[in-house]
Amino acid sequence: MDTTLKVEDLHKKFGEVEVLKGVSLEARTGDVIAMIGSSGSGKSTLLRCINLLEIPNSGRVTVNGELIRMKALPDGTAKPEDMKQVERIRSKLAMVFQGFNLWSHRTILENVIEAPIHVLGVPRNEAIERAEALLAKVGIAEKRNFYPNHLSGGQQQRAAIARALAMEPSVLLFDEPTSALDPELVGEVLQVMRKLAEEGRTMLVVTHEMGFARDVASEIVFLHKGQIEEKGAPREVLSAPKSERLKQFLSSTRH
Amino acid sequence: MDLASLFSLLSFGPDGWGMRFVEGLVVTVEVSVSAYLVSLILGLIGASAKLSSSKIARGIADIYTTLVRALPELLLLLLIYFSGADAIKFVLSLISEDFEDFEVDPFAAAVAALGFIGGAYMTEVMRGAILSIPNGQIEAAKASGMSRFLTLRRVILPQMLRYALPGMGNLWLSATKDSSLISVLGNTQDLLFMGYRASAVTKHYGFFYSVAAILFLAITVISMIVIRLLEARLNRGYK
Amino acid sequence: MDESLSFFLSIAPTLLAAVPVTLTLTFFSALIGNSLAVPVAVASLSPNPLLRYPSAFYIFVMRGTPLLAQTYLIYYGLGELLPGTWVQKSFLWPYLRDGFWYAIFAFSLNTAGYTGEILRGAIMAVPKGEIEAARAYGFSKSLIFWRVTLPRAIQICLPTMTGETILLLKATSLASLITVWEVMGTARQIQKVTFRVYEPLIAAGLLYIIMVFILTRLMMIVERRINRHRLAPV
Repeated sequence: MDTTLKVEDLHKKFGEVEVLKGVSLEARTGDVIAMIGSSGSGKSTLLRCINLLEIPNSGRVTVNGELIRMKALPDGTAKPEDMKQVERIRSKLAMVFQGFNLWSHRTILENVIEAPIHVLGVPRNEAIERAEALLAKVGIAEKRNFYPNHLSGGQQQRAAIARALAMEPSVLLFDEPTSALDPELVGEVLQVMRKLAEEGRTMLVVTHEMGFARDVASEIVFLHKGQIEEKGAPREVLSAPKSERLKQFLSSTRH
Repeated sequence: MDLASLFSLLSFGPDGWGMRFVEGLVVTVEVSVSAYLVSLILGLIGASAKLSSSKIARGIADIYTTLVRALPELLLLLLIYFSGADAIKFVLSLISEDFEDFEVDPFAAAVAALGFIGGAYMTEVMRGAILSIPNGQIEAAKASGMSRFLTLRRVILPQMLRYALPGMGNLWLSATKDSSLISVLGNTQDLLFMGYRASAVTKHYGFFYSVAAILFLAITVISMIVIRLLEARLNRGYK
Repeated sequence: MDESLSFFLSIAPTLLAAVPVTLTLTFFSALIGNSLAVPVAVASLSPNPLLRYPSAFYIFVMRGTPLLAQTYLIYYGLGELLPGTWVQKSFLWPYLRDGFWYAIFAFSLNTAGYTGEILRGAIMAVPKGEIEAARAYGFSKSLIFWRVTLPRAIQICLPTMTGETILLLKATSLASLITVWEVMGTARQIQKVTFRVYEPLIAAGLLYIIMVFILTRLMMIVERRINRHRLAPV
């Protein structure tokens, strides 16, 4: 198994506040890494630094063996050397957002084919075929010509997952995918994510769903105040936490 | 002609047009203010008509606003100017033969026309503002025994002002710009007319029309500052 | 009454012949002005002050001065500048003798200012999440603008644009003051020739009401199409 994603010593500051204080992480092909922690721990920021929606102040991100080249700036921040490289790598790291972020002026089908056609250059017919299959896979094929506003939250998120899969990404990034959903809709999304994990996809999931983390993840990473406090296999981390803060965190959340 | 001598044309002496432009500016402001006042009154009447329970009142107000908003301002200006002048002359001629040669002051006719046009838009602004007042405010007034008139004066009007201010501000800016239309009526002495006169006489069209435009811009800038101050003042007590 | 009616009928053809002029003025001014509005709006939102200040100033001037003053400035001002220049000898000159093109030029510039401001607000109102999703999927900046930002912004500001188009239709009446024979100008000419003051204006008024009505209906169809919420059969 080779390393699909490697994050080394990531630092991120928002103004004076340091949100990531040197985080390192590695994901091999087929890993499902669940990132947990209280709000403000930096887990979303970490995810967003990986596809450079946030730009880390320092540190390295390597995807499929390719290092994202960064240029340090005099004021302590950094910026990517080559936006084209960033855009290319982003197309291999599909993200699923807490707020779904489907393009509301396009139908579900159009949402799923948009990026493959315009970013990857996939021919339209092929993109549509792929999209239909993916929509069927996540269980909303009949909604293909509907607009996002007409779907329930769970359906929208599943559509967003189909959109992500359409890019045939190396790593799937999930940013609290179920946090904005009504409780009864959470299950259908988790089910889809579980299927993806069983297929052997590499996934990084920021989540509060401890049940999912325990049953599906291959590794759990606990972040606290911008640093990785503890990490390991779910059985160990969740049943026999070593760090005090993880114990506190787990006792305050149902799992 | 070089720039320096161009600007000397604006001097305030007998040869210069500077004074004439200032006078034109004053006339424009006078016309705008007068027309705006007329539109305020018509707006209040129109808004209450549209919100009243009388079908006839609502109908008339609807026709008024729809018609004015579907017709170009220039057309309305000419129509009302001519018909207004003729109507007044007609009425006066009925009273006495001496009035047959009466010429309606172009200023008054223009103000009436512009006010009539502005009134239709003002009606919509005020109507929308009154509808935005939370119902509870009016209910509280009723519950404490206020008469309808008192409610209007102490509760509705002040609150309406707050919601209506942005719209009213925009309508003021429109009024100052629409006032330039009266220059087509002939010898109106307003700002744009001065631009027309000065450039027709000296043939420096670009220069003098630019001067007129800059002065209009000045009116706009000062108006916007005043409006912003009013908005800030009126919104004390709210977040 | 009878005489008035026959008078109306006699001037009807002349006035109706002017309707295409009004509509053409409206159409071209809207087309050019709204297209120009896009770079104006984008510039006004740019982090680069060299782009932001000039476009903000442009919008300010267009909205802060009367359209009539702008029209006169362009018609008489350019009319003052152009003779004697190379333009007079070029193929453009026949176009530039005619008030029609000056009118379109003036109205387009004005529209670009007003629509630019509207578009500016609409672009700012596009949900940030949808833009972020495009970024996350590797869309380049220009791709994001043309596939997400602009379509969404147009959707958002469409109702306001309907109102603006109606205002433009009415504003074309000002072209009558620079020798363009659209509806208003034709009506004024009929006034002068027939010495009738009211009938030509009333007839023109009726025409404007009809044109505004039809245009409003058309814009509603466009609105419905752009905001379509098709429900396909299961």
